[in-house]
Amino acid sequence: MTDFLLVLASGITAGSSYALMGLAMVIIYKTSGVVNFAQGEMGLISAYITFMMLDYYGFGYLATFFWAFVFALFLGALMEFAILRRAKDPSVLGLMIITIGLEMILLGLVSWKFGADPKDMPFPISPFESIELVENIYISVLEVLTIGVATAVMLILFLFFRFSKLGVAMKAVQQNPMAAKLMGISTNRVLMITWSISSFVGALAALLIAPANMGPFMMWDPLLKGFAAAVMGGMTSLGGAVVGAYIVGIIENFFGTFISIEFKSVVAFSIIVIMLCVKPSGLFGRHYVKKV
Amino acid sequence: MSEILSVHNIETYYDLIYAVRGVSFSLTEGEITTILGTNGAGKSTILKTIMGLIDDQPEKGVIQFEGKKINHKDTEKIVKMGISYVPEGRQVFEELTVMENLQMGAYLRRDRGGINKDIQRIYDYFPILKEREKQWAGTLSGGEQQMLAISRALMSKPKLLFLDEPSLGLSPLLVKEIFEIIKLINQEGVTILLVEQNANMALGIAKKGLILESGRFVLNGSSKELLKNKDVQEFYLGIKTEVATKGYQRWKRKKSWR
Ligand SMILES: Nc1ncnc2c1ncn2[C@@H]1O[C@H](COP(=O)(O)OP(=O)(O)OP(=O)(O)O)[C@@H](O)[C@H]1O
Ligand SMILES: [Mg+2]
Repeated sequence: MTDFLLVLASGITAGSSYALMGLAMVIIYKTSGVVNFAQGEMGLISAYITFMMLDYYGFGYLATFFWAFVFALFLGALMEFAILRRAKDPSVLGLMIITIGLEMILLGLVSWKFGADPKDMPFPISPFESIELVENIYISVLEVLTIGVATAVMLILFLFFRFSKLGVAMKAVQQNPMAAKLMGISTNRVLMITWSISSFVGALAALLIAPANMGPFMMWDPLLKGFAAAVMGGMTSLGGAVVGAYIVGIIENFFGTFISIEFKSVVAFSIIVIMLCVKPSGLFGRHYVKKV
Repeated sequence: MSEILSVHNIETYYDLIYAVRGVSFSLTEGEITTILGTNGAGKSTILKTIMGLIDDQPEKGVIQFEGKKINHKDTEKIVKMGISYVPEGRQVFEELTVMENLQMGAYLRRDRGGINKDIQRIYDYFPILKEREKQWAGTLSGGEQQMLAISRALMSKPKLLFLDEPSLGLSPLLVKEIFEIIKLINQEGVTILLVEQNANMALGIAKKGLILESGRFVLNGSSKELLKNKDVQEFYLGIKTEVATKGYQRWKRKKSWR
């Protein structure tokens, strides 16, 4: 029983960072139809900027996090404005390939500047501090924070897309860019803001992952899992991505513990493949079928 | 009466396809004007060109709205100046609710009270939309979507409204209803440019008409004159024409127009 709860708890914590990555991907997909494979590396850069400010230059936490988030917002806007918008006659496939290219460039930059060795990220909360949930079930404070942040982000995004004018406009741009322009919506600006918000959420994920495990490849796993989660949710559903993230986190931890630790990471891939084959609209897909 | 829109000799290309071949016309403030033409004549292309929806077009010519040149302006800016376009095929936001669609129509406005009042007014025009308020627009019937598309375009309080085949696919009864509403909108002071296949109905409410063939205007005049014109009667109103020979006759006549 203890085993079971322990595995469940680690599944939920893993799920929380996947959820943040999944949300970041869904936000961009929702407005532009593009799967952003550079999502992880955008967060990675933000995390390394944070590391540099704290470790090299000795800034305080508050100032550092503030500037790191400003940087993340700026980075997102820059990616959209300077690169994706420049694509001539873009197809969704072409744009996705651009994001793969960006992913490699950003990864290369980080490896070149900081080296491939793992780093110790200073953080206000030690990843080794734990609290006892129930008897014998420990969970680290960092994990609690991750779950809390993921929940808050989820809630805010949900309210934003449901009730704010800008949020609804973002959905409008994705559903019909031409009609959105005809409403006077500046589609370019909306896309830029989308990338900013997404980059911010991705940076949050990276910052929460970094204290426990920091290196140039630290975002690969969360990106893949976040993607699997987003696919489970049908790519456009925020709630779906979150539920998907927890399912991926829990399944892979049970799989890793009770079946095979070596193949733990295969779980996420299998989920992507199975979902795309069986129900591409996602677990809760209620995509209305277009009348032709 | 002053000129609200003037289009001077515009030419539009889709890459190598020469779709609009030197078209000029002007719209008088407060009037309904209609453009008639067969499929592929270039009617929609003219509207899209004016709205700035076709990249880098028009290739040539000048478009002026209230005396200001609007060629090559961003669509958003043109909308902001006071032109609204109900595109062909409705183009509602399918996965937004009816209410959200209307709110998007008012995207550029800041006056909450005014927006709510206008939504109520739209519900008076089209009570069915009120019933469907919380439903996704994609789940509406074609006719309801058309009503929504027109309503959404009105939410920006345009001075000039473009309607691209509002009667397409609607039952005769509904077409009548929509045309009544168009008349009403016009009476409230909105200038209207109506693109139609349904020449009878269109000329019935319009003051002037223009007839487009293969990217050029071949005829224009007051609706009264056009309704009496032999060619118009034959090709657009279906008078004196047997169905079986229509295609053949039309081709011959068309040649004489050029
Ligand atoms: N996106 C496009 N790319 C290439 N050619 C196009 C495009 N849109 C329209 N055309 C061509 O331009 C010409 C004019 O098309 P347009 O849609 O303006 O016709 P229309 O008069 O509106 O016809 P309909 O009554 O069928 O709507 C047609 O020959 C069409 O094939
Ligand atoms: Mg057309």
